[in-house]
Amino acid sequence: MTVAAFLTLCIFSFLYRDNPFYTFAEHLIVGISAGYWVAILYHTSLTDLWIEPLVASVRDFGNPGGSMIARGGMIVVNIMPGLIGLLMFSRFFKKTSWISRWPIAFYLGVSAGVALPLFLQSFVIRQVAANMINPVGVARNMAADLTVLVNYGNSTLLFWQGLGQIIIVLGCICGLAYFYFSAEHKGILGGAAKIGIWILMIGFGATFGYTVMARISLLIGRFNFLMDWIAAIGDYFKV
Amino acid sequence: MYGGFWQKVADLDRRWIYLVIGLATFIPVLTYIRVPVSITSEVSAVYDKLDSLPRGTVVMVPMEFGPSTMAELQPMATAVLRHCFSRDLKVISTALQIEGVILVEQVLRETAMEYSKNYGVDYVFLGYKPSPDMVILNMGENFRNSFPRDYYGIELDSLSMMNGISNYSNTACIVNINATSGVDYWINYANGRYGADLALGVTAVIATDYYAFLHSGQIFGLMGGLKGAAEYERLIGRPRDIANRAMTSVSVAHVFIILFIIIGNAAFFANRRKDRS
Repeated sequence: MTVAAFLTLCIFSFLYRDNPFYTFAEHLIVGISAGYWVAILYHTSLTDLWIEPLVASVRDFGNPGGSMIARGGMIVVNIMPGLIGLLMFSRFFKKTSWISRWPIAFYLGVSAGVALPLFLQSFVIRQVAANMINPVGVARNMAADLTVLVNYGNSTLLFWQGLGQIIIVLGCICGLAYFYFSAEHKGILGGAAKIGIWILMIGFGATFGYTVMARISLLIGRFNFLMDWIAAIGDYFKV
Repeated sequence: MYGGFWQKVADLDRRWIYLVIGLATFIPVLTYIRVPVSITSEVSAVYDKLDSLPRGTVVMVPMEFGPSTMAELQPMATAVLRHCFSRDLKVISTALQIEGVILVEQVLRETAMEYSKNYGVDYVFLGYKPSPDMVILNMGENFRNSFPRDYYGIELDSLSMMNGISNYSNTACIVNINATSGVDYWINYANGRYGADLALGVTAVIATDYYAFLHSGQIFGLMGGLKGAAEYERLIGRPRDIANRAMTSVSVAHVFIILFIIIGNAAFFANRRKDRS
């Protein structure tokens, strides 16, 4: 705990100015992270997903029964991922670095093929669909809720939900209008683009505010840790 | 003198600002002044969903945070797990961010111990595998495709909790606590491809990006940063836990930051007016 507190203070020292303590802590975290990654990857991935299935398939090859071609095929299936992974290391040698493009292309191709249709659905189509509101239905709900609010002083929040939906749709259209550069931003398009800029700025402001909260939260986490460390030292010397 | 003062403000050494913000954050940590925390609908949606599930239902709580984001997400994860265990829900968890595997395992184990939950019966930790996109896709078919064994090396089929549990369709919902861009994979694959009910607990930095998915119905709840954690702690009846205690510091620090922004802008405009004249 004392080592962690010392390293926390080393990192904080950068706020005053750059110094060897900060540099030491920075290099230490890079080195430890690399070592940690290797250890975790070996134990959770390399052994589980490659070495053990490969060893099992080689062992099965010697067993009687079943098709020899099938058993041989399983060895090929289990050895291929490792070979493709090893080809990545050809990048370190100038003469053979071109070989590494094949495993990279394979990995990118599979990832893109899997991701593209679903990304289109989740990030485009579903979002566009959510922005398609029924104006008659929304207007009817808002009118009904406004009547309740005026007559009885209560609200079922339908008016505010409807207003929110309208703002989202109009804000989306105006924001997109700002990024439409095929026509000059004049007239209706110009007006929509100006509103779009405001919508974007409000969005960025919200993101900035959340980001500030995130950074302050991390600082609070470190302060809580330092307080726990001081309390632990106090308990140690009390005993 | 008017121009000189604002010029001095504009030229102020930023280290004074660091000091003030540091003190504004640190001093409330020493005190226990409570601030009100309002509950938002997106956080209460997560609470209501978990609270409505019958006892013994299996839920997934995958957690992907590391040391750099644990200050925000560990309180959130602890609050959600406490809620699950207090309702006797069974939890399946993974940690698809490599830096946080041990942290997630610790949170899960320590929270389970608080409620005397047994490993393999009440909760299972699958651990880490690389390529989160492929892992999430694979788990939609069968958890055993990516995780033939759990984090501790135990065969999944030998764990009583995993009997009859093959994929997302056997879980009631997924509450993903995530600090990475891997959130997109859960939305794309778990919800988009397999239709799993998904809620997110994310850091405040990326929280604003996911309100669009809340609006479209792709996620049923969203908890953002330490404030989201504080709201959840209140909902489970623990208003003195760590996230709530931190809200005082957050509020004071924010007030000072707003003050500095106003002063900085005033200095900017005053100096610009002086330069023009």
